[in-house]
Amino acid sequence: MIAELGHYALALALCVAVVQSTVPLYGAARGDDILMSLARPAASAQFLAILVAFGALTHGYVTSDFSILNVAQNSHSLKPMLYKVSGVWGNHEGSMVLWVLILALFGFAVAAFGNNLPPSLRARVLSVQGMIGVGFLGFILLTSNPFERLIPAPLDGRDLNPLLQDPGLAFHPPMLYLGYVGFSMAFSFAVAALIEGRVDPAWARWVRPWTLAAWTSLTGGIALGSWWAYYELGWGGWWYWDPVENASFMPWLAGTALLHSAIVVEKRDALKSWTILLAIITFGLSLMGTFLVRSGVLTSVHAFAVDPERGLVILALLTIAIGGALILFAIRAPSMKLGGMFQPISREGGLVMNNLLLSVATATVFIGTLYPLFLDATTGEKVSVGPPFFNAAFVPVMMPLVLLVAVGPMLAWKRGDLPGAMARLWTAAILSIAAAGFVWSQQNDVAFGPIVGFAFAGWLAGGSITEWAERIALFRVPLATSLARAGGLPRSAHGMTLAHLGLAIFICGAVADSFWRQEVVVNAKPGETVSIAGFDLTLDKIERTRGPNYQTETAHLSVSRDGAPVTTLRPERRFYPVQQMPTTEAAIHSTFLADLYAAIGEGGDRQGWTVRVWHNPLVPWIWAGCLVMVIGGLVSLSDRRLRVGAPKRRTNAPSAAQVAGAD
Amino acid sequence: MKRLLTILTLLLMLTPVATPLAVEPEEILSDPGLEARARALSKNIRCLVCQNQSIDDSNASLARDLRVIVRERLVAGETDEAILDYLVSRYGEFVLLKPRVTAATYALWYGPWVVLAFGALGAALFLSRRRNVERAAPLDDAEAARVADLLREADADQDQHPDPEARS
Repeated sequence: MIAELGHYALALALCVAVVQSTVPLYGAARGDDILMSLARPAASAQFLAILVAFGALTHGYVTSDFSILNVAQNSHSLKPMLYKVSGVWGNHEGSMVLWVLILALFGFAVAAFGNNLPPSLRARVLSVQGMIGVGFLGFILLTSNPFERLIPAPLDGRDLNPLLQDPGLAFHPPMLYLGYVGFSMAFSFAVAALIEGRVDPAWARWVRPWTLAAWTSLTGGIALGSWWAYYELGWGGWWYWDPVENASFMPWLAGTALLHSAIVVEKRDALKSWTILLAIITFGLSLMGTFLVRSGVLTSVHAFAVDPERGLVILALLTIAIGGALILFAIRAPSMKLGGMFQPISREGGLVMNNLLLSVATATVFIGTLYPLFLDATTGEKVSVGPPFFNAAFVPVMMPLVLLVAVGPMLAWKRGDLPGAMARLWTAAILSIAAAGFVWSQQNDVAFGPIVGFAFAGWLAGGSITEWAERIALFRVPLATSLARAGGLPRSAHGMTLAHLGLAIFICGAVADSFWRQEVVVNAKPGETVSIAGFDLTLDKIERTRGPNYQTETAHLSVSRDGAPVTTLRPERRFYPVQQMPTTEAAIHSTFLADLYAAIGEGGDRQGWTVRVWHNPLVPWIWAGCLVMVIGGLVSLSDRRLRVGAPKRRTNAPSAAQVAGAD
Repeated sequence: MKRLLTILTLLLMLTPVATPLAVEPEEILSDPGLEARARALSKNIRCLVCQNQSIDDSNASLARDLRVIVRERLVAGETDEAILDYLVSRYGEFVLLKPRVTAATYALWYGPWVVLAFGALGAALFLSRRRNVERAAPLDDAEAARVADLLREADADQDQHPDPEARS
């Protein structure tokens, strides 16, 4: 009964979405306030209906109602409660429901907090949001019904893929979707602005926080997924340039560019057409991510949804949404007025370079990810594009960007002073040289890569700190005054500094891990010792126990350094009988400077066990850096100027025209 | 769900094989120099039955066979290039995770640079247009003096009430 209610609620949501996507749009064209005012209740109703559907599906999972096909295929009565709930989105149908729930949540947020939006813009934004809803709700109802019944109901379910039964992965999809789908707001605002034919700083003030929220969630989602891959797959790596990873990384890169170009629209009323195009591209890449994971296009049959028809439907939705938006862009963008003027050497100029490099980086990942497909379709030749290509092609694009990140914020708007900025960056130069020198002195054999990597990270960190310190006049005025100034800085300034510092921390971790990782693989019997990076790991024993829905073999590795005990690592090999599937649970000893990572493979008391130990320097910095970026995003999001409904502050940056006309 | 695809592939590929772990202890060469070369080579060679995995990461039996072939040939004194050539002649370009620069992969290797060139050209045109219009209205002496006055006032104002947004 509850499942049928959920199904009905989904159908109801589709009907509401159809109304939401047409009536307010027509009303806005006619200037009819009553028709336009339908947008807000419709958006709220759509959200409520999808919430009911999502609740019904969750109820099915929590109560282990195996008469629902989806639950029977992806859950099990013995599964811990957390994974019963996360099982809702651990499959194609359920994850699509989560997708539209988040989509409707964003629409609801505009309806609830959009009081200060011009009514016609609000109506159009919600209409566009409604159109996306129509597409995906229709997709779910026609091809991927999560509420399909299974009669007779089996006694128990087939269980969730054990690799997904993990706290990191329980929260990874919702955060990732908040990011993916969050970019739909930028898209809806962009399309609405194209329909209106007008983009002004007020538009950018609305787009920025939504983009920032989406970017922050996506950063967190990608980091969680990477962290999970690191500790769960037992390979010791954290990024594989896998097509599915790239699918989430491309919207991140484009979204990062969008975040920065929206600043120029807001502050200087320039780069408007480009920002709209970027908003369309970013959401297009998000949709493409959704498509790639579900279509099986890149991977023949091994995708999320094995049914290629579903992939085709998503591809059609992608084509209609992005193609339509691009046509609208081609018609409307040329008539948009160009905004403020600026010199090439200026904050705006720096942000244009930022966008150029991030776009090239996005294009690089895009070409690399889709090239095998393209070549196969055009010539029938088969090639592989793997991590060695991406490392060779992507890193050179990012290096000038990292140099720029330190310089850009030091330039003034409109007309910057590059020699002056470089002179003020002497602290960054010192930090950069110091980092490189330290790395050089610590290496036994001189490798060029890490020295350059740390020099870049030092430059970036030094530049970010210098910019922040200058703003509060640190060491130039009494400390109390500096602190007062820090308190008076807009939160977005702190947020920017944090996010850029996070990037520097991340670079340290990534560089250190890729150049200095050590690995030892041995066959060990109880009592034998493995040595790596100054640590001695002794295999004490292997213990066989049972978990709630698995059997496990746990190795006890006591770790010591120079004879002094450090810790005991307990890597596991689990076997999930329902899915007949083994998993590895790596054991990780994290310190500030490195991870000691152990995993065990097959073995027995007689022939010994395969023990793999990695020493991964600075790997914790990778996630610490992402966390700092996320915190930077959140701090910036809490800025009063971005807070929805906060009154606009007086700006005292008169445009060139105003100054010239002042006489 | 970004790793899901890999995982599902793994599941399909590795059943009923055990845990997804790669290089086995008995494969490792006693000469650390050769072993290091083997590992570096392995990272560039695709496990043909896996989803975008190198033979270094995979424990599919084919990956294992390829690892052993690479090591045998290294021990026999072959160069890295010769070993890759051999694998390409046997399995095609598909086996390389870093495609060679050939006519078929020009677009892959040079595509990003073409995007960069066009993007840089577009950005340069855009930036110069932005600047030219501003130059069209230079300040005369009176205007310049007035601007200087205003700036002085703004500075004085800022010393009293540091305006954090002045530079942002």
